[in-house]
Amino acid sequence: MGHYQWNWAIILEEVYGTGEYYYQWLITGLGWTVATALSAWVIALVLGSLIGTARTAPIKWLATLATAYVELFRNIPLIVQLFLWFFVLPEVVPERLGLWMKQDMPLPEFFTAMIGLGLFTAARVAEQVRTGILALSRGQKNAGLALGLTLPQTYRYVLLPMAFRIVIPPLTSEFMNVFKNSAVALAIGLTELTFQMRQITGEYAPANPIEVMTMVSAIYLVLAFSVNRLMAFIERRVQVPGYISGGK
Amino acid sequence: MRKTLILSAAVTAAFAGAVQAEELTGTLKKINDTNMITVGHRESSIPFSYLDDRQKPVGYAMDLCNRVVAEVKKKLNKPSLVVKLVPVTSQTRIPLMVNGTIDMECGSTTNSKERQKQVAFSYSYFVTAVRMAAKTNAGIKTLDDLNGKPVVTTTGTTSDRYIKQNEQGKAIDVKNVYGKDHAESFMMVETGRAAAFVMDDILLASQIATSKNPKDYAIVGPALSVEPYGIMMRKDDPQFKKVADDTLAAIYKSGEINKIYDKWFMQPIPPKNVTINLPMSDKLKEAIKNPTDVGI
Repeated sequence: MGHYQWNWAIILEEVYGTGEYYYQWLITGLGWTVATALSAWVIALVLGSLIGTARTAPIKWLATLATAYVELFRNIPLIVQLFLWFFVLPEVVPERLGLWMKQDMPLPEFFTAMIGLGLFTAARVAEQVRTGILALSRGQKNAGLALGLTLPQTYRYVLLPMAFRIVIPPLTSEFMNVFKNSAVALAIGLTELTFQMRQITGEYAPANPIEVMTMVSAIYLVLAFSVNRLMAFIERRVQVPGYISGGK
Repeated sequence: MRKTLILSAAVTAAFAGAVQAEELTGTLKKINDTNMITVGHRESSIPFSYLDDRQKPVGYAMDLCNRVVAEVKKKLNKPSLVVKLVPVTSQTRIPLMVNGTIDMECGSTTNSKERQKQVAFSYSYFVTAVRMAAKTNAGIKTLDDLNGKPVVTTTGTTSDRYIKQNEQGKAIDVKNVYGKDHAESFMMVETGRAAAFVMDDILLASQIATSKNPKDYAIVGPALSVEPYGIMMRKDDPQFKKVADDTLAAIYKSGEINKIYDKWFMQPIPPKNVTINLPMSDKLKEAIKNPTDVGI
């Protein structure tokens, strides 16, 4: 049966009729992927830590609110959430605001993806932070309070520093997931890496889809693996000797 | 004139079954050996190749492909040949063709010189023009009217290339936005995120036909590109290509193509019984009168 005509140099070729090169398209895509993933991660880490902590707080309404957030954002697929933010929200807000969101908002695809991905990931980070706090023995909290620290101080100086150390491995996975999940943003037209791959393999260079898909896979691999190494480095630097992973 | 002679000779030969004597090669040999032909189809290329309400692939291209399959059965003398249907997308169609998963693709694939590096195409069975759809009350008639406005195209299509080329030539400045599929691109025009949707006119026509208020939209502007569609097949497989070409040529010559075209483009079609209402273009009439497999 027929055989594939490999052409790995496709990436160096000029995009017919545009004066640009395919590698430039991939670099643009990489830029948006990194920008979206990193900014979404900042949102996820800050919001997720607050919500995860709130779920363990002895204030009932706050814990309930935090639980509601987690259940809402964790149980709806990311792509559906992005559609809701991008297509449905502008139709339900006041008409002038909706029109602004559709026509005048700067970089609508990027900001929607950043916030959507950030809020989705926050729910997952919250769960990890919560389980980290719950993994600590009750004695730690009691000791903090017995020393005269207020509840917020106990969290700030005793519980959270230990909880975060414990959950670095799942947080690493989540950080890697943010990069991989950012591919969903192509659904709302963000020109990130997967978008560029589809653009090139669609009708621009349809003869060599396998090469382009392979290269994009390799880029994601390098991205995620870099995050993995960075987090492993942080984990080693902050470990408490003799405690959990500190024994190595 | 000589071309027409050779062509009619080929058609006669195919119908007389005179080619049966030659040794089978390529795809025909594979089909003969495995007793199975694999047809790649689309799931939402209305009205060419899509799933009806019973999840069965139907459409204009499917009708033509089924005729090719019937001809293969006749030629191989295998009335019980198994026809396997495999759904493909714009990203998977070429790899699946080259690696042998599908034997022919029946969808809305443009016969391009670029693709011909990997695959072959039958005679064209449709010719589309890339144009734009806009709301009738938006006052968009020409490319110049798009200046400063957002224009949507679907990811993976070349439509934005034409806009970019026209931007350079005419000094108009548009903001490109992208939908992940045609339905989403159309929705961007519907909700006011984009002023126009640039795409193959037939795809625009079917989006308009299936929209809530078809009268609110119109296909406007010049043809930015003219693209022929063909049945995609493996490269360097003249025996199989000949069966497909001869089958199409016979359908064209007998005038039966008009009935098939009418069925999918001028009559209500499943699943929602809407009518696309796109009369046959002069370019397509020409391609039917003088069958050709030249790509763009």
